[in-house]
Amino acid sequence: MREFGYQRADDVSGAVALLAADPDARFLGGGTNLVDLMKTGVERPARLVDVRELPLDGIEPTADGGLRVGATVTNSDLAAHPEVRRRYPALAQAVLAGASGQLRNMATVGGNLLQRTRCGYFADVSRPCNKRAPGSGCPAVTGEHHNHAILGASDHCVATNPSDMGVALAAFDAVVTYETLDGPGELPLADFYLPVGDTPDRETALPPGALITGIILPPAPVAAHSRYRKVRERASYAFAIGSVAAALTIEDGVVREARLAFGAVASRPWRAHAAEAVLTGAPADGETFAAAADAELAAARPLPDNEYKVTLMRNLVVAVLTELAEEAAR
Amino acid sequence: MAPAPSSTTSAVTLNINGEKHQLTVDHRTTLLDALRERLDLTGTKKGCDQGQCGACTVLVDGRRAVSCLNLAVAAEGREITTIEGMAEGDRLHPVQQAFLDLDGYQCGYCTPGQICSAIAVIEEHAAGWPSAATDDVRPEAGPPPLTPDEIRERMSGNLCRCGAYVSIVQAVTRAAEAHEAEARGTDGDRDAQEAAA
Amino acid sequence: MTTATTGGRTTVRGVVGTSRTRVEGREKVTGAARYAGEIPFADLAHGWLVLSTVARGRIRSVDTEPVLAMPGVLAVLHHGNAPRLETDYVGLLGIPPDPTAAVFQNDRVPHLGWPVALVVAENSEQAREAAEALVVAYDEEPHDTRLTGAHPDAYPAAGVMPAETEKGDLDAGLAESPFVVDEAYTTPEEHHSMMEPHAATALWDGGRLEVVDSNQGTTWIQGELAKMFSLDESAVRVRSEHIGGGFGSKGLRAHQVSAVMAATVLQRPVRVVMTRRQMFSLAGYRSPTAQRVRLGADADGRLRALDHRSVSQTSTVYEFVEPSAGVARVMYDAEAHRTANEVVRLDVPSPTFMRAPGEAPGSFAIESALDELAERCGVDPVELRLRNEPETGPVSGLPFGSRNLEACFREGARRFGWDGRDPRTGVRRDGRWLLGTGTAAASFGAGAAPSTALLTAEADGGFTVRISAADIGTGARTALTMIAADALEVAPDRVRVRIGDSDFGPAMIAGGSMGTRSWAWAVTEAARELRERLALGTPVPPEGITVRSDTTAALGSLAQKERHSYGAQFAEVAVDTATGEVRVRRMLGIFAAGRIVNPLTARNQLVGGMIWGVSMALHEEAVRDRVSGGLYAPDLAGYHVATHADIGDIDADWVDDSDPEDPVGIKGVGEIGIVGAAAAVANAVWHATGVRHRDLPIRPDRVLSAAAANGGAAGTDGGAADA
Repeated sequence: MREFGYQRADDVSGAVALLAADPDARFLGGGTNLVDLMKTGVERPARLVDVRELPLDGIEPTADGGLRVGATVTNSDLAAHPEVRRRYPALAQAVLAGASGQLRNMATVGGNLLQRTRCGYFADVSRPCNKRAPGSGCPAVTGEHHNHAILGASDHCVATNPSDMGVALAAFDAVVTYETLDGPGELPLADFYLPVGDTPDRETALPPGALITGIILPPAPVAAHSRYRKVRERASYAFAIGSVAAALTIEDGVVREARLAFGAVASRPWRAHAAEAVLTGAPADGETFAAAADAELAAARPLPDNEYKVTLMRNLVVAVLTELAEEAAR
Repeated sequence: MAPAPSSTTSAVTLNINGEKHQLTVDHRTTLLDALRERLDLTGTKKGCDQGQCGACTVLVDGRRAVSCLNLAVAAEGREITTIEGMAEGDRLHPVQQAFLDLDGYQCGYCTPGQICSAIAVIEEHAAGWPSAATDDVRPEAGPPPLTPDEIRERMSGNLCRCGAYVSIVQAVTRAAEAHEAEARGTDGDRDAQEAAA
Repeated sequence: MTTATTGGRTTVRGVVGTSRTRVEGREKVTGAARYAGEIPFADLAHGWLVLSTVARGRIRSVDTEPVLAMPGVLAVLHHGNAPRLETDYVGLLGIPPDPTAAVFQNDRVPHLGWPVALVVAENSEQAREAAEALVVAYDEEPHDTRLTGAHPDAYPAAGVMPAETEKGDLDAGLAESPFVVDEAYTTPEEHHSMMEPHAATALWDGGRLEVVDSNQGTTWIQGELAKMFSLDESAVRVRSEHIGGGFGSKGLRAHQVSAVMAATVLQRPVRVVMTRRQMFSLAGYRSPTAQRVRLGADADGRLRALDHRSVSQTSTVYEFVEPSAGVARVMYDAEAHRTANEVVRLDVPSPTFMRAPGEAPGSFAIESALDELAERCGVDPVELRLRNEPETGPVSGLPFGSRNLEACFREGARRFGWDGRDPRTGVRRDGRWLLGTGTAAASFGAGAAPSTALLTAEADGGFTVRISAADIGTGARTALTMIAADALEVAPDRVRVRIGDSDFGPAMIAGGSMGTRSWAWAVTEAARELRERLALGTPVPPEGITVRSDTTAALGSLAQKERHSYGAQFAEVAVDTATGEVRVRRMLGIFAAGRIVNPLTARNQLVGGMIWGVSMALHEEAVRDRVSGGLYAPDLAGYHVATHADIGDIDADWVDDSDPEDPVGIKGVGEIGIVGAAAAVANAVWHATGVRHRDLPIRPDRVLSAAAANGGAAGTDGGAADA
């Protein structure tokens, strides 16, 4: 780890200005990902701008019935918040499924959105990686890719986004708000993460130097009937090999509204629009659920060692939607 | 003598176990290394230095955190509690006593982290926080009972390679029951302890 | 001056066999217990190892100059300037050293993650940054890091036991058997991953080398360092008071040797601590295994033919054999009987002893195969094992010491609720989970090795035991306190046990499940002698009366026998075939492991071994990247060990099994807990789903793929196929 400067920002505009002053500076939130990456040499900032003390730690209702969540709200506080648990239970479940109690106490909403992939090649600076060192190659395609992407990847990179929180946010159409030297801006989560293409190193559409100030969860009555299920290679404290955030409203046995997003299958939290289209207006039964999963997974391009993820995701979608339908019927 | 503050070092005051420590830190120094290498508080253990084992767990402003991913310079102004700050004089914290009595360890290296974590788990549960083991997270469902499955999930950020998990869960259960009995303001403390034994 | 007595008011029945909390427990729960990297030294310098980034080749250059100019950097040691070491010797364990520990001796790189340099600086941040900045150039050569059962370079290798054993006509035996199992099993590369990374501080103090270390035997490491650095043993002192887990990995390794080199060159204390990622290539590991088991049996399940071949890997610089095929040499007899351990030399780090070496992976294969045989014969798996209890050692022909396997199975079956088990697969369901139960047998050698102990009657009426034992979490310090108290017939609070210091004289290491037994023997002998001295009424002088025992002669006079511990493992699992998740809901292990000194700590250790078995069955796997030859994601997020949430209700208990030949009756409990545990889990998964998993770990993708191959069992209804 190289030596670096450190400054604590007092307000949002000050933080943005501090970052702009040094092209090699990074914002420091909870540090759970950045400090680790600094230790492995993946990140080598010259300066850290600590944003943990910024007054962005509130969770407030919006006028239209949604929620505004500040960027420095910890994962723990997000998951414990009564309104999050009441209105968006899958979001609370997703956050609780991630990391450990210690890490959730440290990790922030803003940092979670920007966490990097857990691909082992990305984390090992002695290996090629197009995301870390553009143009150096992707060893995962022909090497170890057991837990890599099956959707939306490219020959240049098959890494996955590891966030659990992001999967629920994708399902609920969250909007990311940010601040730059030129003033505030916002990005729907759907546009926040860039397609992989041949530039896997460019991960988000945030303008350079932007500071995430929070997320807005639009009102979504369907979200009250939601669930997050995560499958991993041990029962806890591990990244997903596949996860699903789903929400359903059912009227007279017919799906009125559906929200569905996948985790651990793509470079970003994967909103399953094709599946939602199949679900909406169809009978709320196993056949529909399987057809919806198949519609989304038709685009899957698995590698030899992660083909199981197609089966896993199909089964998970059916299982979670079935649970939601049974719950609705009670 | 400490080097003069420069752009890559800072003079900080760390509040640890109620005591203020003034020192100059290299910004690269983690809270964990500051505790172990600079302040001779070696009870906080370094198992992985990457947030993957929980051995370095301390309380920061009353909440559990891994000290290996906290920078010392960023810890200024926060109240840090380490394993050395848990007992009151000769009187062990009830969680420490339960670990000792029920053999909630083997080699002892993950133990300070397990104990700090367990103390926080009991508080988090008392505050009504759900976990990934909670069936229904909606507030209407009420706080989940602290079953062995809830304890296991909440303690999962603390690896124990010796495999003392079974007795650790017993120890946390005993301490949590005592804590709950105390919180209820009854004299059920002793009863709960006896029931758990 | 006082007169000591050993008659005790409070020790009529003795404390061995009663539960006692650990004597160092208070230190451990308060954080006061100091481990190797935590003892302060004035003027301490910090070393950081630099590891190779290629799997095979030669070091072309080490560009030290820019690094030496970095802030705080004191030295860069590498093959061009490091002190020369002696490696042509045999150490305490009777084997030559793994040259992996003899760092910086030449330019060859035999595996990825090989130590190529040590950067020493004033503080650890500076050392780390400089180590990362050090440019090492290599002439890379093609490597082979992939073990297969059919590897052409496999050859029979002996290690700690003969490579091959054979009796009878195997082909004929198999041909004549109405029921035959012929299956291949694999286990992956597994890492010890104890929580405390290897750490050592070396310094020269008045012409004597002092090493404060975390190891499994101080006189072992003392001897190795003395020989390697061509020093007199009396000029080396190694201390290791608290050890954060060992499991076979904490022997002589690069950290101690490089620390001694640096302390010698710089003439100041130097500490070297491995990072977690470095441990994955420097700390040893359990070799992957490719095994084939062939069993032939009568209609009633009695074995007529048994063949077990296991192939493991080793490095190109050292031959270590994971002797998995050794299990049947103790456990099962047949007229035709063949076992073989083979190794392949690959461009990988040297494997080493890891909790139940041989027995852990070997029992997975053979105990799975027996379950398959039970299924084919239609015999209950417990009954099948009892029908195959041998009279004498299947290979040695020697009589057994106590062999209480049957008692373990009877008691375990009763308590687990095994009797009346429905043998059908895939028929028990709890919501999304299919349930099943499985069993397996366990055995592990029970031995003792020569040790010495010092025992002092103090002038204040207390007693001090000094022995270079190691408490790596076993509870040895507490057990020895109890044993000494009973042997002296005094209350344990009058006994102080000091361990972990090579100055206390030679003793067995904490390993092979032999530590506590070997040390207890020495302590018991010393106590006997001391009591004789005190019985004479000799007054105790201020410096006390000290006796020294040595068990070499006593152990040498033991008759040859098959001496082992045994156990019966039972597991209940839940499998979701739609997601591939497997959970172990409960486990019971009943063991015949000699007299149990301290039930509180022994149960904990046995359960810990069973948890290793769960972890081995479901989670652990180090994945070697074929292109680089190094491990993929070598850290505790990439290498999964069981967490709290993975462990359900697990209990261990024992049957009476006091060893009459041991002064205390001990056999040892360190390793038996893991043996058979993974097979019990895998057998339960078969019972739950009707799918046999012969490759560990039983990952979700394997369950999913197996379910899919089994005819759409992973479909929307989640139903499992029946066998």
